[in-house]
Amino acid sequence: MLTIDNLHARVEGKDILKGLTLSVAPGEVHAIMGPNGAGKSTLGHILAGNPNYEVTAGSISFHGKDLLDMDTEERARAGVFLAFQYPVEIPGVSNMEFLKASVDAVREYRGQEAYDSVTFMKLAREASKTAGLDQAFLKRGVNEGFSGGEKKRNELLQMLLLEPSLGILDETDSGLDIDALQVVAKGVNSMRSENRSFILVTHYERLLNYIQPDFVHVLADGRIVRSGDASLARELEDKGYGWLEDEVA
Amino acid sequence: MSLNVESLLERASVEAPAWLGDAQRAARSTWAATELPTRKTEQWKYTGINALQQSFAASSTVDVTSAELETLVPAIDALRVVFVNGHYAAALSDTAVPDGLEMVRFADANEEQAKRIAEYLGSALPADGHPFLPLNQAALTDGLLIDVAPNASIHQPIQVVWLAAGHAEAFSVNPRMLVLAGKNSACSVVEHFVSTGEGTSFTNAVTELLLDSGATLNHYRLNLEQSAALHVGAVHTRVGRDATLNSFCLGLGGDLKRVDLVTTMAEPGAHASLDGIYLPRGKEHIDYHTCLEHAAPHCTSVETFRGVIADRARAVFNGRIHIHSNAQKTSAQLSNKNLLTSNEAEVNTKPELEIYADDVQCAHGATVAQLDDLAVHYLMSRGISRAEAEVMLSFGFVNEVLEGARLEALRTALRPLLAERFARDPSLMRHLT
Repeated sequence: MLTIDNLHARVEGKDILKGLTLSVAPGEVHAIMGPNGAGKSTLGHILAGNPNYEVTAGSISFHGKDLLDMDTEERARAGVFLAFQYPVEIPGVSNMEFLKASVDAVREYRGQEAYDSVTFMKLAREASKTAGLDQAFLKRGVNEGFSGGEKKRNELLQMLLLEPSLGILDETDSGLDIDALQVVAKGVNSMRSENRSFILVTHYERLLNYIQPDFVHVLADGRIVRSGDASLARELEDKGYGWLEDEVA
Repeated sequence: MSLNVESLLERASVEAPAWLGDAQRAARSTWAATELPTRKTEQWKYTGINALQQSFAASSTVDVTSAELETLVPAIDALRVVFVNGHYAAALSDTAVPDGLEMVRFADANEEQAKRIAEYLGSALPADGHPFLPLNQAALTDGLLIDVAPNASIHQPIQVVWLAAGHAEAFSVNPRMLVLAGKNSACSVVEHFVSTGEGTSFTNAVTELLLDSGATLNHYRLNLEQSAALHVGAVHTRVGRDATLNSFCLGLGGDLKRVDLVTTMAEPGAHASLDGIYLPRGKEHIDYHTCLEHAAPHCTSVETFRGVIADRARAVFNGRIHIHSNAQKTSAQLSNKNLLTSNEAEVNTKPELEIYADDVQCAHGATVAQLDDLAVHYLMSRGISRAEAEVMLSFGFVNEVLEGARLEALRTALRPLLAERFARDPSLMRHLT
């Protein structure tokens, strides 16, 4: 589904990714861990098409297409979803208007008929329940005045409605209390299927106690320096990242 | 060529009701001595009046059907009064009014009403107001009195439509409205300025709002004219003890649009909230000059104006707050934010504070920005096209202010008008209306 080959990227003139290679098959859950500044978030931003990040070498293929050749909105329509570490507040545009616009765009791309507003309202209410967000949040401005946890739940709500084939969670666990973490994990687990893959970018093992990854990769200095199964996450939790960085050096 | 309204003033001097005659004659000599502003006049530095340098005839009335009117004025459940080119349109206006409300055109005022008008008309106007005030008064032949009795709560909003229906010859209209909000009364007045047809019209509209103790008045001034409609107007308000003014302005369209809002906090406990949205595009020019005169202690004011300026349009915002020396414990907040959606768009924004009291809280801020790239990216990362994302963000920027408007029916009616300003293609606003 997703093949990243020798990816090099920079932001603001600084090289962040230095030859990242990763392959994700349908249905798999990959965790990307690593110390601060390793380039974990950069990967998510590049997959989502953030214009501030410049790819200098390498390739990304998504469902056989050149992802780097696609605009941000086209990637989203084709099934890439990035749950932002810092979701953006958009006052004056209601969450409901935003969700409907997103889902309409994605469904149109897939050749599916647009939901009528009554059906959509029902779906949105169900999804907000799963995300543990009160329905009142559907009427409020997008992320406007939401707490950190509410913003993360709102990201989950969007993912539930957009039904991407690749969900990337960028440090979704940071700043979440244990209840919110469980809600998000439950939402992700409910979406797991043989055609849908996830990349979980995280600093801590905690999230992986709730979402069992198939693979764990350690990203250090812009490259994946070690890959393994879920047990690698536990090892990291015990030993920290220092020993790996030493190994790389 | 210079501004020439002589034929119109001649006609006005003949047509005015006798009891208005004195005020009108006095204004005519003031007008004759008035020097029109130039770019060197501080208050008109960014707004030139070249478009007004021509002859304007007196206006004639034009037949307008109610069906035509519906296309121009958002339908809300309201008591409606319509003036076409300054002439009262009886067929389009409601005459039955609820208890506690008197609503009458000046020309039809009975003796008692005429006395009220004569007593209060002009009382909120400063001697050194903007130069077109005397013209309005000199051209005065008619107007609208809204008189709310003490303790009356008028639930249905009053919708006043000032329609400029263009004809071949350029003409000028000088609408006038006087609202007397009695003690502890409550009322909403919505002024719509709209235009139709070809040709140039010049509207010079003066509104006076006098709020007695404890009164609440919601005033909406909606300028929805076409580009060829030139507009210079002023709203002068006196807010009495513990009274509340909630004002909302919207400016769309117009090659020249200048609105002065002067609000005097005259007695302790007065509160004013002033909100505004301006959305010039093409080569339009919109100028809001607001002035809060804090002339009494313990008064509060909150002012929020936002503009989105597109294409080669220009906007001007001047927010003056004058806190008099006796106005201790004043709280005054002013915010003006602008979004430029084109490299050629321009805005001149200036907060102007004059504070003579020492125990006051006064906050002000003005910003000029372009659309936030990160916000655009966020929307696009959810599949929304760049074009639609930009429309949504521009809309959201001003909708925040619109959401503060108290009349829900009006908010609902205005949303599509705002969205339409940003969406060149209707499909881009389908999620906003």
